[in-house]
Amino acid sequence: MNRTVFLGALTVAGLVASFASASTLDEVKARGVLNCGVNVGLVGFAAPDANGKWTGFDVAICKAVAAAVLGDPNKVKYVPTTGETRFTSLSSGEIDLLARNSTWTFSRDVDLKFTFTGVNYYDGQGFMVRKDLGVTSAKELGGATICIQTGTTTELNLADYFKTHKMTYTPIAIKTDAEGKQQFLAGACDAYTTDRSGLAALRAGFEKPDDYVILPEVISKEPLSPLVRQGDDQWADIVRWTENALIAAEEYGITSANIEEMAKGTTNPEINRILGTEGNLGAMFGLDKEWAKRAIAASGNYGEIFEANIGVSTPIGLARGLNAQWTQGGLMYAPPFR
Amino acid sequence: MAITDNAPKASFRLGMLLYDARYRSITIQILFLIALMLGLGWLASNAVVNLDKMGYVPSFSFLTQRAGYDISFKLIDYTHDDTHFRALLVGLVNTLFISALGCITATIIGVTAGVLRLSKNWVIARLMTLYVEIFRNVPLLLWLLVIFAILTEATPAPNAFRGANPAAHMWLWHSVAVTNRYVALPAPLFSRSLGSVQTDMLTLVAVIIASLLVNRFVVHRASAVQYATGVRPTTWWKSLLILFVPAIALLVMLGFHFEYPVLKGFNFSGGIQAPNFVFALWLGLSIYTGTYIAEIVRSGILAVSRGQSEAAYALGLRPGRTMSLVVLPQALRVIVPPMISQFLNLTKNSTLAAAISYPDLTATLGGITLNQTGRALECVLLMMMIYLIISLLISLAMNLFNRSVSLKER
Repeated sequence: MNRTVFLGALTVAGLVASFASASTLDEVKARGVLNCGVNVGLVGFAAPDANGKWTGFDVAICKAVAAAVLGDPNKVKYVPTTGETRFTSLSSGEIDLLARNSTWTFSRDVDLKFTFTGVNYYDGQGFMVRKDLGVTSAKELGGATICIQTGTTTELNLADYFKTHKMTYTPIAIKTDAEGKQQFLAGACDAYTTDRSGLAALRAGFEKPDDYVILPEVISKEPLSPLVRQGDDQWADIVRWTENALIAAEEYGITSANIEEMAKGTTNPEINRILGTEGNLGAMFGLDKEWAKRAIAASGNYGEIFEANIGVSTPIGLARGLNAQWTQGGLMYAPPFR
Repeated sequence: MAITDNAPKASFRLGMLLYDARYRSITIQILFLIALMLGLGWLASNAVVNLDKMGYVPSFSFLTQRAGYDISFKLIDYTHDDTHFRALLVGLVNTLFISALGCITATIIGVTAGVLRLSKNWVIARLMTLYVEIFRNVPLLLWLLVIFAILTEATPAPNAFRGANPAAHMWLWHSVAVTNRYVALPAPLFSRSLGSVQTDMLTLVAVIIASLLVNRFVVHRASAVQYATGVRPTTWWKSLLILFVPAIALLVMLGFHFEYPVLKGFNFSGGIQAPNFVFALWLGLSIYTGTYIAEIVRSGILAVSRGQSEAAYALGLRPGRTMSLVVLPQALRVIVPPMISQFLNLTKNSTLAAAISYPDLTATLGGITLNQTGRALECVLLMMMIYLIISLLISLAMNLFNRSVSLKER
């Protein structure tokens, strides 16, 4: 019988792992659509709106890459992935790109054989509690029951944090944010923990967001980054530099409003190189001249995407903080386009 | 002899493999087997080639690494500093625990419902039909979610028990608290322990079993005396003494007392906390599987010829005794084989546990460990193996039981 199991598993592996050896870029072009892995539904980052159209901070990355590669930001098939299925989906070739607030860690990068294409959101793990609980610090959470999304780095951070502070807790492992929301609102857990951006997004979806507070402690570093399979450097470069183009566009003041104007030529050679009016950077990785122009035009530069989806004017209300441009005291810093 | 010698010797021709009915089926079977082997071989080589291309070397060394995560419900000791293998064991024990509990209650519920569905009492029979049809025709996952949601939404949070005038009250003289996370129960403790609670409990069980045996001997002796002399000696006070005095003496000696749950901080501490998801899973699995068992029991009873029960009535047996002494023992022969697959189903259905946060094997090994290590192929292989072994063991045990109740033909 062990033999049967073994053969069965090999069958599964054989079916799952049978992706073609052609380069991802050629595959996407031939398919005419980008398969992009996103969150199953986290308002602000990736969630379908009332008309079933996906919007969000992560969705904007998918759109930018689709615009750069296929010339149309709408040629994206959004594949909802849970914390558990996301990496299998990527390594099996079901998706070309995973943009699902995933933390860049050593073991995911090295052991799971992925390439992280660059941090698009600097995050940290935090806790959310009901206001009337009277808790003001995570250090007062000893003995609490805590809801946590399983299969994430947050699970390990939580154990480590409570260990260092010599406190105990009861974890309630949940699968999706929706399930966590239900448990948390029902009071089945005292605190909900995940990345602080995720907490803000979750709270925005509550009926009475003001009844809940996010505690000040940041217990971990969570650099969130899109990722692709290791071994196809050309594809990784395309995703990485599409992100860089969005960040650089904000730095140089290229917005969705003035991009056509700027594309006619400016006095800044860096802008000209990004928008393809000077040189042909796109050809170096198999795209045309105007790849970055289309990527930026898709949903605006990094700053515009941030403000439209998760910024202070949205219900999620996240300040730029670490995610401001390096010129504004943040960490967003695109390498030069030359 | 001579006849066979004279028979014309048909020389074997290749065409006979296809046209001769004697060989054709063998030819087809061999061809099918070859095709199957080729297909499997193709899948295997495809897997090996692609895994190799991904640079994926299957390895089980992650099992010895530190797990780093905590588990909410554990029957064996475990902390986040233990290995992934230990986490696997925690999940396995949880799976076995809920499966065993579920099988027992599902059998009780199923047999009761199956027998009652055949009752002459119209209301009871219809109620049982309603139960079977409602629970059997809605997917188990939905029942689990509904039961869990009810347990979570309809019960107060531990916070509600706080203060001088709390919103919720503990039951049974302030010893039991039903909350939306768990039921807090008093825990048995021993102030003059022999070592650990486990050894104390084992000693207690041993003493009770010994008393039962001694009592049986006393009753036996009484029967023997009755047979010999016709007068049965009074034994009730002896039985009471034998059954209760040693156990109570032991409890007093060990300093038995209860530790009551007390609200401290966010949660109750002290006592035993039985999480709601355990109840939800236990209830869901037993009620759902119980419907199938009820139908099996009903069909088993109907399979016993009416003559049997009519004969029993003619002998003057009351309906209850007829059922337990005449009908059920015969029905068992029909009931046991399909019951095996229900127990297997229940065990396999327990993998739905993860949906309501119960940390079974699928949730620890197939969920958290798989995610944290990224060893999907290895984890899934291991899980399939473990479930296969559990199922085969259940089948073996039930088949042995089946052999003991099956009709002995001499």
